[in-house]
Amino acid sequence: MTHKTIRVGGLSRVEGEGSLFIQARQGRITDVQLNIYEPPRFFEALLRGRAYTEPPDITARICGICPVAYQMSACQALESICDVTVDGPLRDLRLLLYYGEWIESHALHIYLLHAPDFLGYPSGVAMAADHRDLVERGLALKKAGNELVAAVGGRAIHPINVRVGGFYRAPSKRELTPVAERLRRARDAAVATVRWVAGFDFPDIEHDYRFLALTHPGEYAILSGDVATSDGLRFPIADWPSHVVEEHLPHSTALHARLDGVAGYLTGPLARYALNSPQLSGLTRQAAAEIGFGPICRNPYQSIIVRALETLHACDEALRLIDDYIEPDRPFVPAEPRAGIGHGASEAPRGTLYHRYRLDAEGLIAEADIVPPTAQNQARIEDDLRALAEPRLALPTAELAALCERAVRNHDPCISCSAHFLDLHIHHD
Amino acid sequence: MSVPKLAVWKLASCDGCQLTLLDCEDELLSVAAKVEIAYFLEASSFKGRGPYDLSLIEGSVTTEEDLHRVQHIRRVSKHVVTIGACATAGGIQALRNFADVREFISVVYARPDYIATLEHSTPVSAHVAVDFELRGCPIDKRQLLEVLSAFLAGRRPVIPEESVCVECKERGNPCVMVAHGTPCLGPVTQAGCGALCPAFNRGCFGCFGPLRSANAATLAGLPGVTRTFSDFQEAR
Ligand code: SF4
Ligand code: SF4
Repeated sequence: MTHKTIRVGGLSRVEGEGSLFIQARQGRITDVQLNIYEPPRFFEALLRGRAYTEPPDITARICGICPVAYQMSACQALESICDVTVDGPLRDLRLLLYYGEWIESHALHIYLLHAPDFLGYPSGVAMAADHRDLVERGLALKKAGNELVAAVGGRAIHPINVRVGGFYRAPSKRELTPVAERLRRARDAAVATVRWVAGFDFPDIEHDYRFLALTHPGEYAILSGDVATSDGLRFPIADWPSHVVEEHLPHSTALHARLDGVAGYLTGPLARYALNSPQLSGLTRQAAAEIGFGPICRNPYQSIIVRALETLHACDEALRLIDDYIEPDRPFVPAEPRAGIGHGASEAPRGTLYHRYRLDAEGLIAEADIVPPTAQNQARIEDDLRALAEPRLALPTAELAALCERAVRNHDPCISCSAHFLDLHIHHD
Repeated sequence: MSVPKLAVWKLASCDGCQLTLLDCEDELLSVAAKVEIAYFLEASSFKGRGPYDLSLIEGSVTTEEDLHRVQHIRRVSKHVVTIGACATAGGIQALRNFADVREFISVVYARPDYIATLEHSTPVSAHVAVDFELRGCPIDKRQLLEVLSAFLAGRRPVIPEESVCVECKERGNPCVMVAHGTPCLGPVTQAGCGALCPAFNRGCFGCFGPLRSANAATLAGLPGVTRTFSDFQEAR
């Protein structure tokens, strides 16, 4: 066997559409491409000339799985231009909304997209034939997250209650009470989920990741913070453009993010956990200790454990916030536009999501830039694939292809974030 | 009787409408018991072959390839239903239809020559016959379940074609235009969301698309409406 080509046409159980291409010659991998064939939707271009009030609703439509992340990063970037700070109970409400999204998105990935790989099923629905109680537990967990998003945001997908400066209407304590009921059960389900996934059979593979995540003095960073890396770099979000540069490599089909000139860093659950795990809730740290899970995890397959821990943390923190909730005096802080540039970032379920806007004096958008997590992780996912496939080239092609597809799913790539992906069709002259 | 085959397809979109199917947490497993989910990449690595009894399409047509795909989907499907604003009307990405797409490409991508895209974002019905179009960005879960049960039973889905205003009255929302002078597209937008935005003190921005019998000219004359909804005047 001297030549080998692996193609996976339509990657399944990932959000959005992509494909995989690996080529090997004489036992060496010569090319790895995670191709994104999502058609471009040009969000950054179509935002120009629109009012500063519109990005929360428009950018939410980049991704139906993590719309809240887009809304939160957008609001913060715009509020920094308007010189408005959203804190106290309004910030807590934003956290609450965001925890709902983490629960919903993580439960979807753990139960319907990722776990079937470990138990040998093509889908969560197929898994339900043998493990109905487990899948039902996952769906109930997911539903608790969705109900929390709907209670604060109006609906689960593309919430309508978010605006620059806060919310259109703050939910009443009464509206949140039934959600708390469900969340209490969800928290138990999350503890059970941690124990369940910890028992999976994990391939013994670790990578020497360079992690990047937000970090915040007061919490396990989700809504805001400084950018931190595992090799000790730390900078405020306004410095993002001077550290992270997206490059369009001549023979690549995607924009690769480089951090201070080096490609291939990782953002997402593994990164957050490695940088911030001491800030997880007491119950979550206890659950981690119980399964003997250390403070840093470099095995991408075990990202399912980190997602389960983060789900537990989100349930726990959301319950605390609902218990302490007092309706704010006003649902939003008025935000008047002015000319300027603003940066915002938050931790989407899949990693750091950065937005930058430039406004003119009337509050119209002159420039927009969005860097979604999967665009940052793409180069690193390709490195994972290279490391996985090279020593296993002797495996039958179908088996190796399935392994590779699993390796992609470890990172829960959200290919819909094609705001910034290239793929597409390379011109052959 | 054999089990009907369901396929779910994705074109240019955000995944939100197909996610709505997975968000039917209480119904998902019973739906799965009644149909064979033959093709649904987001949810399953099983890729069953056509023909399919019902194809749900999310997303708009924006590339030459997707144009061929919708033609293929039509050929292999007995019924085709579009789910959501993208597939039904072109979606948010249809804002390019009012602009120069080449200029858009050069704003977002460093190597415009790598990008192949059509000038317009178009609904599926612009290219092939569609049996039913479900509105919303995203679609409503209950309406989706109604469409699925209707097609399983071989009847037309019962989806009301009235305005958001009707739902406001049903819900007991005070009218945001009358009460606080908030510009609202409710009078010209098709119902389906349960008048969500007005219930949160906000004007409707039309995510369920225009009412068939909309009286847009009158609404455009009301103060604030064309200022708030900048494309409304042109699109009208
Ligand atoms: S209609 Fe809206 S929710 Fe549905 S796929 Fe399109 S952008 Fe997403
Ligand atoms: S009120 Fe209008 S914009 Fe709001 S959810 Fe309903 S249709 Fe969509």
